[in-house]
Amino acid sequence: MEPLRIDRTDDSPQVIFDVENDLFEISGRSLPEDVNTFYEPVLSWLEEYSRNPAPKTTFDFRLTYFNTASSKVILDILTIFEEMIEDGQELLVRWFYPKEDEDMLEAGEEYAEMVEVPFEMVSY
Amino acid sequence: MPYHTQKQTTGFLEYVFDFYKLMKSHEVKLVYEGKVTHQITKAFISLAEAQMEENQETVSAQRIVFHVMVECLQNISRHADDYESGNYLYSGRGILMVSNTIDAFLVTTGNAVINQKIKSITEMIDRINGMDDLRLKELYMRQMREGCLSDKGGAGLGLIDIRRKTGNKLEYHFHPLSKSLSFFLLKATINRTK
Repeated sequence: MEPLRIDRTDDSPQVIFDVENDLFEISGRSLPEDVNTFYEPVLSWLEEYSRNPAPKTTFDFRLTYFNTASSKVILDILTIFEEMIEDGQELLVRWFYPKEDEDMLEAGEEYAEMVEVPFEMVSY
Repeated sequence: MPYHTQKQTTGFLEYVFDFYKLMKSHEVKLVYEGKVTHQITKAFISLAEAQMEENQETVSAQRIVFHVMVECLQNISRHADDYESGNYLYSGRGILMVSNTIDAFLVTTGNAVINQKIKSITEMIDRINGMDDLRLKELYMRQMREGCLSDKGGAGLGLIDIRRKTGNKLEYHFHPLSKSLSFFLLKATINRTK
């Protein structure tokens, strides 16, 4: 599958989905002007990947900030993962948060409650 | 070239000085009036971030201020209604003010709304003001699951998020502008020490 790479900007995150190098990461800040347009290729890439994924996927969220419009899309991404797990796939979400940022940790914990997906909280 | 008398000039400059004094007395740190675009939102974010770096002591409070500012600005850009006054048409326009008190940061916004919206805005804010942390969390989660993004990109989450992040009730006021419009003022309070 062709990798997906989107460079970070001051209002949108960096996206690297690379099956060959086992890299799945969204990092940085997310408050794009149009959330739907920005995340459309991200969601369709993941939809396609979910039909034929690697034996084990480790997906990293390394966000420093996201607005409420983005929070909804993050749940959409996690819902794709939930379906993969229901289909018997192995997947782990690593949720990175700056160690002094309790709100970012809490946000990760809340997502972990909302979906049946294994989460690992990693402070940095 | 228009000719101003010394008296007019002094009068205007005195007005600026009064304005300055008023801002100082309310500890107004930032004020913006005008059209709120995505570019403006981004400019405020870099400004707020630069200020955050200067003052380490209240990082967590400032992070919340930053968060509240973004959601408030997006509310204005998405929901402010057209407001005609003289030759000006106010669409997506409003005011954002960040000020301090001894124990809190205040983020206040104002924008025109059509009167038909007053009831639903009032009900929404009163409802989330009356909720405790757990119910707010449940509401936020439910809204994330069920609320789809509108064409304007909102998911109805902004106000709930502000209420949750600040832990304080939202204060609001509607000031009549015309028969069909009111100015909607909203104040979020962020405690300096959590």
